[in-house]
Amino acid sequence: MKKGKSIFSLVVILLLIALFITAALNGLNLGFYQVEAAKDGIPLGLDLVGGSEITYEAQIPDGTSAEDAENGIHSAVAMLRQRLDMLGYTEASVMTSGSDQIVVQIPNVDDPEEAVQQLGTTAVVEFRDADGTVWLSGSDIKAATYQYGPIDNSGISTHHVVLEFSTEGREKFKEATKAVANRSGDDNYLEIVMDGEVVSTPYVDKQEFAASGITSDTAVITLGNNATAESASYLANIISAGQLPFTLDCVKLQAVGATLGERSLESSLMAGLIGLILIILFMCIVYRMMGVVSSIALVMYTALFCVILSIGHINLSLPGIAGIILTIGMAVDANVIIYERIKEELRAGKTLRSAIDTGYKNALTAIIDANITTIIAAVVLWWRGTGTIISFAQTLLIGVILSMIVMLIVTRILLKAAVGFNIRSPKAYGV
Amino acid sequence: MFQNCKFSFTKHFKIFAVISLLLVIVGIIGLVCIPFGVYLFNFDIDFLGGTTMQFELYTDVNADVTANVESIVKDVTGAAPSSVIKAGDSGTQVVIKTLELDSETRDQVFQAVAEAYNLPEGDQPIKSDYVSASVGADLRNSAIIASAVAAALILLYITIRFEFRSGVAAVIALVHDLLVMLSMYIIFQIPFNMNFIAAALTILGYSINATIVVFDRIRENRKLAPKEEFAAVVDRSIWQTMNRSINTTVTTLLAIVLLLVFGVSSIRNFALPLTIGIVAGCYSSVCLSGSIWTKLRGKEHKQHA
Repeated sequence: MKKGKSIFSLVVILLLIALFITAALNGLNLGFYQVEAAKDGIPLGLDLVGGSEITYEAQIPDGTSAEDAENGIHSAVAMLRQRLDMLGYTEASVMTSGSDQIVVQIPNVDDPEEAVQQLGTTAVVEFRDADGTVWLSGSDIKAATYQYGPIDNSGISTHHVVLEFSTEGREKFKEATKAVANRSGDDNYLEIVMDGEVVSTPYVDKQEFAASGITSDTAVITLGNNATAESASYLANIISAGQLPFTLDCVKLQAVGATLGERSLESSLMAGLIGLILIILFMCIVYRMMGVVSSIALVMYTALFCVILSIGHINLSLPGIAGIILTIGMAVDANVIIYERIKEELRAGKTLRSAIDTGYKNALTAIIDANITTIIAAVVLWWRGTGTIISFAQTLLIGVILSMIVMLIVTRILLKAAVGFNIRSPKAYGV
Repeated sequence: MFQNCKFSFTKHFKIFAVISLLLVIVGIIGLVCIPFGVYLFNFDIDFLGGTTMQFELYTDVNADVTANVESIVKDVTGAAPSSVIKAGDSGTQVVIKTLELDSETRDQVFQAVAEAYNLPEGDQPIKSDYVSASVGADLRNSAIIASAVAAALILLYITIRFEFRSGVAAVIALVHDLLVMLSMYIIFQIPFNMNFIAAALTILGYSINATIVVFDRIRENRKLAPKEEFAAVVDRSIWQTMNRSINTTVTTLLAIVLLLVFGVSSIRNFALPLTIGIVAGCYSSVCLSGSIWTKLRGKEHKQHA
């Protein structure tokens, strides 16, 4: 390699590193794509920011049909969302897990046990009039389902909710709608209330229902012009929540205080930084110039890792950080294998160029072998792991693959550049 | 650095075998006891179900404090806690481990402790974990499936990658590493949970690496000197790869030991088994695997004769 080419490849590598570090620290606007800074783009797990993860399990009685159970779970999810909003946990998330579990994640919760109890209780759903008189309760409604289609002769399709009543509920609803339709003011509506909070206020048509109320087995709630499939099915789910076919039991709770979360993050980042510095020192002392080359590649690897996590918005928990730190330690393994080989070849009297070529060629199978077994372990952990361990599996997998690429390619380019710069003293190679 | 070392690992195999036996025996006993319902491992609530809570008491936690907390828990829940231990950087925290408690009872335990130790208004547990027995069983099954599948896949890979005898030697070295980790789990009573599975599988993947590097070198040297005695080739190969074995272990340890030093307790419980596994992996690939391969070969050769 000529000197000019060596300078070129060295400059390119250094510029790339600068680019990745900038992207990781401050974000990067590529015009067509905005790379977020690592601290904004990487969602941190609850064990790093503090918060609670509550797993509820639906205690589905034997004989419940799969469909009822599934609808019940949807209602329960809507109920939990509604409650989380009511309690002010706007950053909380709700998701289902398996066929009968619902996982609620709440960052920064003050009193986890209170949240467990408030969220999991059976919902009280009521239909009230403007005065607050309760006309119907959850048990009066057999089913509330979301539907889309025309509801009158106009033939225009709308998103709406169909209520189906029990025999008793039908009578109550008839009385309720009659009373509401006959109110003198503009308050001819029924409030649909969950846990004391008004969720919807459908109006009852004065002229149509003043005489006898709504007498059919089913009734339709429309949501106006802004109705969407989402808002209508949400309302249907909330109404159904008053009559869930099961109770929710908290079967798992993981609560981490904000202080501990913060300390976990700080201490592990510090451990990672010091570890990185020590590894760089070790490599530079043992392998001299080749160690410096590894160190440059290692810095690039770490920065690029952060950028990838940020672009992928990959959830990072405490074991995930441990995974990154572990792969930083393992990343130089590829270099160690190659460098030892290069040193041997140099001692055997080979020229620098051929020593480097042989070193990379001979070491490659060992390096790939080593990484394949770790990849197997990481993939299985990702597939079967639970909780925060999944984050470890992800960072381990990304780290092993990324390190193989970065450490092999970058060090090879830089070592060839070094040859171009005429760095030939065996001492520079730690021999 | 080690090119001229003459120490023979194959000739001193017995010494290493005895050392290893001592290292793994506790783990083996621990495993054998499980089917008889004797748990030497400190199984975490992940796998058995239960509750752990960590409170800041703002006071030095000594034996009196733990005894007192124990009796408070017993008063509230009607059963003595499984354990109450000191925790935190300055030793002012307690970790209470109990059987399953419902949310109300967990709250009551905290309130009672808060009252007894005059904890400031608005304080909450630093950490609170609860797993029901049924979920614990699910997690346990997940862990067993993950371990079995990963072990099977890695074995499959070894079978493809190695010839039969060296494969057996590599597997023995791996089993050795896992058993050393299990022994340390018993001796130090590290909470046995999903973290262990993750650490064990990582070590399974990582440790085979060191053995592969040594065995590759043995194979290469055999081609160069086919008439040389096998044991001598093994010893030479081990010494030739010694720099690599040590340097890789050092860099990996540099990263993970710092987590052990600076990390919070939950990550220390993850870093410790990894550290043990990395050291055990280095030891077994250098001191055991080559010699075991030699022994396996020797036996077969005699049978043929």
